Amino acid sequence: MAFMIDIKKNLYDFQLAVKLQSQEEIIGILGASGSGKSMLLRCIAGLVKPDQGQIIINGKTFFDSEKKINISMGARKVGFLFQNYALFPNMTVVQNIGFGLDHLPKNEKKRRIDALMEKYHLGDIGNRYPTQISGGQQQRVALARAVAVEPDILLLDEPFSALDVHLRNHMMKEMAESLKEFTGLTLFVTHNREEAYRLADHIAIFNTGKLEVLGHKDMIFKHPASLETAKITGCKNLVEARRHSDYQLDIPKWGVTMQTTMKIVAESGYMGVRANQVKFINNPEYSGINRFKVYIADESDGPFRTSLYLKIGSPAKSLDDYHLQAEISRDERDRLFDRSQPYEIEINPESVFFVIE
Amino acid sequence: MGFDFSPAWISIKVTLTATAIVFFLGLVIAWLMTNYNGRWKGLIDGILTLPLVLPPTVAGFGILLLIGKNGPIGNFLEIFGVNIIFSWYAAVTAAVVVAFPLMYKTTMGAFEQIDPNILSAARTLGASEVKVFWRVAVPVARPGIAAATALTFARCLGEFGATLMVAGSIPGKTETIPIAIYFATQSGEMQIALIWVLIIFAISLTVLVINNYWESHKKKQQRGLGG
Repeated sequence: MAFMIDIKKNLYDFQLAVKLQSQEEIIGILGASGSGKSMLLRCIAGLVKPDQGQIIINGKTFFDSEKKINISMGARKVGFLFQNYALFPNMTVVQNIGFGLDHLPKNEKKRRIDALMEKYHLGDIGNRYPTQISGGQQQRVALARAVAVEPDILLLDEPFSALDVHLRNHMMKEMAESLKEFTGLTLFVTHNREEAYRLADHIAIFNTGKLEVLGHKDMIFKHPASLETAKITGCKNLVEARRHSDYQLDIPKWGVTMQTTMKIVAESGYMGVRANQVKFINNPEYSGINRFKVYIADESDGPFRTSLYLKIGSPAKSLDDYHLQAEISRDERDRLFDRSQPYEIEINPESVFFVIE
Repeated sequence: MGFDFSPAWISIKVTLTATAIVFFLGLVIAWLMTNYNGRWKGLIDGILTLPLVLPPTVAGFGILLLIGKNGPIGNFLEIFGVNIIFSWYAAVTAAVVVAFPLMYKTTMGAFEQIDPNILSAARTLGASEVKVFWRVAVPVARPGIAAATALTFARCLGEFGATLMVAGSIPGKTETIPIAIYFATQSGEMQIALIWVLIIFAISLTVLVINNYWESHKKKQQRGLGG
């Protein structure tokens, strides 16, 4: 299994120019809303025609502007799962699943529908309409309908974005299980890094129509290769930095020098460290590297975790006067606040990364 | 001499024929226009909607120019010895022209309300454009289409001005209920006029009410509240 996509398409305010080639089974495409990632899926499905380029899935050419190939949507065999599932409201569950199977003989069609109903646990809701079933069932019906045509590639367009958090986690689990049943390629588009991380092992980062990077999720989250990737993967602390030595960075804005384990080659760029990697030290007697005295400028409490906005070296003059963000549990915050400022933080050199723009 | 019921039969014949024509024509053209986003959209839409806002006499005048003895269509049909003008076909033509914008506009509104993803889903499942239209677009837009059809029926039944101009008022041939009401009133036969008013009132109301109940029944079926 493999695919090769190399397309260009002029959109309203930017150009979609994507080169994506992989043999992985599930790829998560992570990018901000409006970065053109849905458009990419639409081009693959044939809903939108690219201006130029090639789309080859499993050795089958879907589109080739030079050879003037643009095969029909029916011949492409693509399973498309839409954001809101887009079930046909006028048809029952069975009719929805069977919609793409009209070309089959009647008993073969029924056999296939029955097999899918079984596989996706839709046993007794076959005669219900989409409005009469739960969100989880709708998702499974949509998935069953999409894979009914036995596609080579499954395209998922933000399948959880319309859900509330509680339902989202539940559906993600369900989806992960359902995807195991499917043995083709899966391209999964989302603006939510957690979804991407949970569902796919390999992640492609998308930024205004361009592909920043494609790689294993751990690599991408731990050592982002570019500033954009760092931002899209949710790194809160990104600051201009200059090379001091092979394993040291000067941070002029913070007035500190940071140790790294990563070798610094470029002269200038950005240093990044994730908010949850900023650790508070309880016993300041021991000395360590990358330790700084901080004052709290502001805090923002979540139900279980707290974001602290910290200023290094001197007390903050206002709520906006801070250098970096740290994220700790509420318990840790409560223990911390029993003591007096300044607090001491430590940043493990391993969690420090350096990117150029 | 008993009461002459012929205007009722003529009205029903003309209305059903015109509604059927407008139904299919409006449905197809509304769908094509929904999917057409070219630069002529505004102009074409304007032309198709025009009969709704112009006085029916203007529509009648236009039809006369086209299908009259010296009009291009009239001339063409003359070759086959067919003369539409002042026949019930002319009444159908008048009703079609006047009622078409109602069907077209309402249906297009219904088509535009459809979630585009639903249509895309059908296409990615390999459906032809014809299948997308008949199996998805039309059923999904059905409440709007039903309302449009009911309005079209009522408008065709009530058509007066253009019909009078192109079909005249030939008793037993082209005299419809609205025209019968007009001439009965003109000649002071108020009782006859009143009977026709009540009849046309009953037919129109029945059609609109049946449509409403049928739609709410269908809605309940899909929502799982009954049916």
